[in-house]
Amino acid sequence: MPRLINHVLKSLPLLDTLRTVPIPEGIELSLKVAGPMPRARAWGFDLLIRMVILLALGLILGALGKVGVGLMALIGFFLEWAYPVLFEVFRQGQTPGKRACDLRVLHEDGTPVQWRASVARNLIRAVDFLPVCYGFGLIAMLMNRDFKRLGDLAAGTIVVHIDTSRASKRMPVAPPLAPNAAPQMALTLTEQRAVIDFAERRATWSTERANELAAYASAALPVVNSNNEPVDTENANAANRLVQLANFLVGRR
Amino acid sequence: MKQEKFESQYLARWDQFERGMALTPKQRRTLKTDGSKTAKAIDAAFAWPLEQLPQRYREICHHLALARDRHYSSTLVERLERLVLMGHQALYGAQEISGGVGRFLRGGLPRLVRAHSGYVVASTLLFFGPLIACIIAIQYFPDFAYLIVSPDQMADVQQMYAPGNPRLGIQRDASNDFLMFGFYVANNVRIDFQCFAGGLLFGVGAIFFLLFNGLSIGAIAGHLTHVGYIETFWGFVAGHSAFELTGIVLSGAAGLMLGMALVAPGRQTRFAAVKSRMPAIIGVVYGAALLTFLAAFIEAFWSASRVPPVQVKYAVGVALWVVTLAYFIFVGRGNDVAGEQAIGRKKMGQTARGPAINATEVSEVRQVGQVGQVSRATNAP
Repeated sequence: MPRLINHVLKSLPLLDTLRTVPIPEGIELSLKVAGPMPRARAWGFDLLIRMVILLALGLILGALGKVGVGLMALIGFFLEWAYPVLFEVFRQGQTPGKRACDLRVLHEDGTPVQWRASVARNLIRAVDFLPVCYGFGLIAMLMNRDFKRLGDLAAGTIVVHIDTSRASKRMPVAPPLAPNAAPQMALTLTEQRAVIDFAERRATWSTERANELAAYASAALPVVNSNNEPVDTENANAANRLVQLANFLVGRR
Repeated sequence: MKQEKFESQYLARWDQFERGMALTPKQRRTLKTDGSKTAKAIDAAFAWPLEQLPQRYREICHHLALARDRHYSSTLVERLERLVLMGHQALYGAQEISGGVGRFLRGGLPRLVRAHSGYVVASTLLFFGPLIACIIAIQYFPDFAYLIVSPDQMADVQQMYAPGNPRLGIQRDASNDFLMFGFYVANNVRIDFQCFAGGLLFGVGAIFFLLFNGLSIGAIAGHLTHVGYIETFWGFVAGHSAFELTGIVLSGAAGLMLGMALVAPGRQTRFAAVKSRMPAIIGVVYGAALLTFLAAFIEAFWSASRVPPVQVKYAVGVALWVVTLAYFIFVGRGNDVAGEQAIGRKKMGQTARGPAINATEVSEVRQVGQVGQVSRATNAP
């Protein structure tokens, strides 16, 4: 039985939320589609904002009596139906909630969402919402690999994460390896890339964890330091040596 | 080439590109109107003229392809991906020009409705069929109304239109007109939207809402006619009925179009069929929403008033029906083909979504396709 499950799992494509879009320039864009949870969070933010607006207006318009109540109904209506459309069209696919959650609505081809698609996806919200609490929308999202709710399917839109981390991850500069201290073994391109990625993410781990991870690559680690002296491989800091290797690989001399 | 050298060689170009792309689309739009002052001011911030966008964008695309091929680090590849996405959106994501609201109302909308007259007729039958049948049936079998509308509700409705009331509909004074306007807009447009969105349930939702609304309105109208509140009820609904009922029919038609795309997608996947028909469907929904909005306006500020004599109200009602029907039947005729082609061509050129294909090319493609089919047919055993 476990073997069967294993077999089935292996025959399936890998689970991945990266969606690639081929573009005319002959390369592929990768978009990170957003799942139900971040989208629900964004929707919650928007709901909160709309509630606050309605409450605030309620306090002001309450003084106007029945005209005020009529205005409230009108504003409530526009907040419900026009709010997402207007923000998506004029704010590059981001309602305030989506902005807070770093999400963005795009056409499937990666271009910014426009009137027609935005109106379609937001009107079909009426079906996604059924029977309770976005039930149909959730089922639809779980049944396709781009987490599209029915509105997204009909309008041809996707909701993606946007990368807002301004701080670029820079590789720590380590003392370069001596000219003759090339890696102990030939590394494939993938392996080289793994080493460089390690060095770029070095700052996100504690020293102990980094050393633990670097130990897996011990076979590739340099055995001489920058002064061409042999390294005490037992005690030396494996993470630092791996960063040194990464510096060598990107071409710092 | 090692990554470090690659980066140091092009980093300045990437930074420039990113700074330029960080401009808002609005700033970028003003750039298109060349020669103006604002354009020059923004150009300075750009540090490179906008004409270079395609060239610079392709350069970045090239760098991304190289970076991926040479297995440079993820950070670098991600940065280049971000830049490419920015350029892609700037170059291909130009705002589509819909031809403007005026053009849509002067011809686009009625043409659209006529082009899908099958759905509109079906929707009309589904809505007005039960409505009229219900009114007639209740004149002979009055109790039939209570099968559809509960007695309590019916009593409420009956009380609204009692001939002695100073105002019609929900009881209120003049300052309530605005309240009712908000109420009608919110309620009626929401019903329309649900009617349309219900089409996504393979059309069943749209059919249900059309029948349901037809039956309920028919039951109330039939009952009030039967009890003799003719002047108050029909006088009340006459004014806004043309816009409101047409609005429901159009939203139902949009729902049916949506449902039909799912039931009979032709040689496309179901959602591809929905997507390709979505522009027409959304156009019809715009029309429905507009009509319902107008209807709510009339309902709140005109229909409830008892000042104008009932004959005037009937006359206005009939006039509005004539205007509505004439609008959908006659407006935008004659320039149908020329108008659509003009809009289509303009759109092609301005969205830069694809090469503008002219009619002769299309017909050539078709001919080639036909030749292919013919030869295949002759080759067949």
